[in-house]
Amino acid sequence: MLPAAAFYILAASAVISAFMVVTARNPVRAVLFLIVTFFSAAGLFVLLGAEFLAMILVIVYVGAVAVLFLFVVMMLDIDFATLKAGSTGYLPLGGLIALVLAAQLALVGLAWVSADGAALQFQAPTPEDTHNIAALGALIYDRYVLFFQLAGLVLLVAMMGAIVLTLRHRDGVKRQDMHRQVNRTRAEAVDVIDVKRGEGIG
Amino acid sequence: MLEITLGHYLTLSAMIFTIGVFGIFANRKNVIILLMSIELILLSVNINLVAFSSHMGDLAGQVFAMFILTVAAAEAAVGLAILVVFFRNHGDIAVDGASMMKG
Repeated sequence: MLPAAAFYILAASAVISAFMVVTARNPVRAVLFLIVTFFSAAGLFVLLGAEFLAMILVIVYVGAVAVLFLFVVMMLDIDFATLKAGSTGYLPLGGLIALVLAAQLALVGLAWVSADGAALQFQAPTPEDTHNIAALGALIYDRYVLFFQLAGLVLLVAMMGAIVLTLRHRDGVKRQDMHRQVNRTRAEAVDVIDVKRGEGIG
Repeated sequence: MLEITLGHYLTLSAMIFTIGVFGIFANRKNVIILLMSIELILLSVNINLVAFSSHMGDLAGQVFAMFILTVAAAEAAVGLAILVVFFRNHGDIAVDGASMMKG
């Protein structure tokens, strides 16, 4: 009873806020509704017994991605009204394609059957006696360790790409130049002047 | 009705996926909302994977959901970086004006 109620509440909030994301006029609101969607999805993951993924969803999506979106939305000075203006012409087509897609997914869902030997082909049966995090950790650090490290590499490349794309050197900004600083010789820095007695430096 | 089955989660995931695809059409010019729609689509895929993983007792689905999460985060970072560069060059983010490379 309680899990069912929780599922329906979380699912309803996920779907409604997802719809608000794509229809909101104000992008800041869209980002906030995106956060609500991710929180609902995290709740659903907890219901499904995937606690670690639920926490990762909250930390990565709400803590990093949504905040990144929020930064960009607020940082760029964009007139969103004009962006919204010309796009209503695509609503019928978009709605039609969405309907066709939904019908196809429903057909697949209705016709879906599991093969007889499917249960024998499981890659990693869930262990009964450990927590979700422990089981997942044993899996990603053992069998999927290569994929795990490649995921880290993907993140590294994405970080480097983002930095390379957005970094720019402005003129007129004084920056520390380590190379020049270290390579400065005494001859450049110090000038020894032979001062005549009684006259000073003229 | 009160028994939550795999079908419930698959229906929810299909709904969010469809909303995401609709969002791509409904906000054709606004790249920020486009990126958010892609995030919604990836989230629906994640719900699908985790639902299957949980209902079939196979943990591999959750591992791959984690990898999808990684790729989605990387995609958001690079996409928003491209968006910032685009805004710097054009002064707005209307992507239908991005036809500089057309021959």
